Amino acid sequence: MSIDSKNNKEVAIQVSHVSKSFKLPLERASSLKQAIFNAISGKKGYEEHQVLRDISFTINKGDFIGIVGRNGSGKSTLLKLMAQIYYPEKGDITVNGVLVPFIELGVGFSPELTGHDNVYLNGALMGFSTKEIDAMYDDIVDFAELGEFMEQKIKNYSSGMLVRLAFSMAIRAQSDILLLDEILAVGDEAFQRKCYAYFAKLRREKKTVILVTHSMDSVQRFCNRAILIHDGDLKIDGSPLEVAQAYQELNNQRLDLADLESQFSGASDESGRNHELEEANRQRRENVDIAVSHSISADKLIFDIDLIPKRTLEDAVLTFVINSEVGEIVFRVASDDKNVNQPIDFTEGHDSHVHLEVDNIFPNGIFSVQVAVKKADRSDNYLMANNVLLFEVHAPVDVSQNWKPPFRFAVTPKKD
Amino acid sequence: MKLFSKRNRVLLHELTVTDFKLRYQQSALGYLWSILKPLMLFAVMYVVFAKFLAMGGDIPNYAVYLLAGISFWTFFAEATTQGLQAIVSRGDLIRKINFPKYIIVLSGTISALINLFFNLLVVLVFAVLTGVKFRWTILLLPFNILEMYLLALGIGLLLGSLFVKYRDVGYLWEVALQLFFYGTPIIYPITMVSATHPFMAKLLMLSPMAQVIQDIRYNLVTDYTQTLWSMWGTPLIGLIPVGIVLIVLAFGAWYFGKSSKKFAEVM
Repeated sequence: MSIDSKNNKEVAIQVSHVSKSFKLPLERASSLKQAIFNAISGKKGYEEHQVLRDISFTINKGDFIGIVGRNGSGKSTLLKLMAQIYYPEKGDITVNGVLVPFIELGVGFSPELTGHDNVYLNGALMGFSTKEIDAMYDDIVDFAELGEFMEQKIKNYSSGMLVRLAFSMAIRAQSDILLLDEILAVGDEAFQRKCYAYFAKLRREKKTVILVTHSMDSVQRFCNRAILIHDGDLKIDGSPLEVAQAYQELNNQRLDLADLESQFSGASDESGRNHELEEANRQRRENVDIAVSHSISADKLIFDIDLIPKRTLEDAVLTFVINSEVGEIVFRVASDDKNVNQPIDFTEGHDSHVHLEVDNIFPNGIFSVQVAVKKADRSDNYLMANNVLLFEVHAPVDVSQNWKPPFRFAVTPKKD
Repeated sequence: MKLFSKRNRVLLHELTVTDFKLRYQQSALGYLWSILKPLMLFAVMYVVFAKFLAMGGDIPNYAVYLLAGISFWTFFAEATTQGLQAIVSRGDLIRKINFPKYIIVLSGTISALINLFFNLLVVLVFAVLTGVKFRWTILLLPFNILEMYLLALGIGLLLGSLFVKYRDVGYLWEVALQLFFYGTPIIYPITMVSATHPFMAKLLMLSPMAQVIQDIRYNLVTDYTQTLWSMWGTPLIGLIPVGIVLIVLAFGAWYFGKSSKKFAEVM
């Protein structure tokens, strides 16, 4: 192990050559009889399943790191290893500082206890003393908006109330390092917005955060670095953009595989539907091919789109949309917009080129481009290409922080 | 790792309080049950063994003598069973957060200890009512309780970690408890055994449970009680049961420490 940064004060977590495998019992070996039988007959009674292979990376203090990967890739195992819930088989993990993991919200919540009691239990698990919880108790209750319900058993809470209480606890965590696993997967939009606000706060405070997620939006919005785990290997350790693109590709591969499988699996109802979908997608690709390139300067975003119709499309228009990392449409233009009105010839063999310039007044962030070819009355999509392009804007001035519309503010005393 | 850091103490406190609150959920009498249960058991045994079978013989204050034995036995059975189930019943916690696992076993055995103190109060009240003459030896009770607690803790740690892997241990321990119950002079006086099998009785008394329960009776109820050292004629013989307790505790703690790293994965 030749990591010289081990004593570096700037390192929060050092993962070196970590491997992990699980023993999966072949039969139900959790009985003494089976264990004795296996011991006598020399059978192993389990199958080794390698979950992580020789993983090494360093997390510096202040990093906001996204760990992404498909289901079963080993990313949650990695998180549990860092949280010291699991122990590595080979290699080692060094943690500098107090680490609080949130594998799940509301760890240790007992349904039979009141909200009040659960706050103290959960707080103790987070490392708070009773006095410290006394001091923050009112804030927790206020934030969770649960005033009158705190003396009720939490089994009588709605799921929304539970999540509010758990989240209200979680954000009190006084730690140097936070591990968050998919906590965005629960809750409604309002809750997710609260989560985003919390992440933004963590980022401002330069906390070290490790976020395991499927959401490329959150990775690109909050993380300064990301790690892609695939089949137990560390595939990419790089910028959020790189990782998001690679993850996208992995997912596309998976879709193709799923389609193939469904084609081979005979004509059940579901695969029949899949087949139709696949057929529709194939037809769309047969309609028109596109290629998009871009360049970004301080004052202009320039997009060049090549359109190669594979067959003649009547009444076809081009739409071009830029989405923010949270999926909001920030820019949208269509070839048949009144102020554009540029008909495009979608006749087979007649390739077209579209040049689009957009003023760069974009705030900092990562954006994705969606290009579609639609029937003019929008009744059909000839082509729908999501995320054909991801780009990042580094504004010299962060517009989102400083942007303020001109305004007037006046107070007039009201007379009786 | 600091065994009793502030964080661990707070956690132990919260887990014990939780255990206690959860125990008598949805029962009308609540905490009272922790006293009522051994009292009812005592009532049954008193009627059967003291009245019908007249097993008490010439032991003075036999009712208190019997009640003390039953209370301490109940503690032992409860503490070891709590220890057995501790890790598995807190499985969801272990899979989500890292903390010293022994705290769970400690909290389970400590809530049994709290129950013991309630029961002990009842025993003392009975003793006063039935005219037991207290002697200075009552001051030795804490040592007896400590010995029994350490034995229960050692067994709890061992069973708790075994139970994670093999659920059979739960059934085995139920049977074993029955065996130990009848192997310990609780409902019958040890003199009944020594009358016919004197050596057998001497051997029986070497078990830590027999030794400590007889010592408690001697210290609390009556000096008429046969103890290990009075039967063997030397106080040194006490090293054997105490040695057993220490060995069980050391082995339990070692085995627990060894397997606790894998709890989260195995469950």
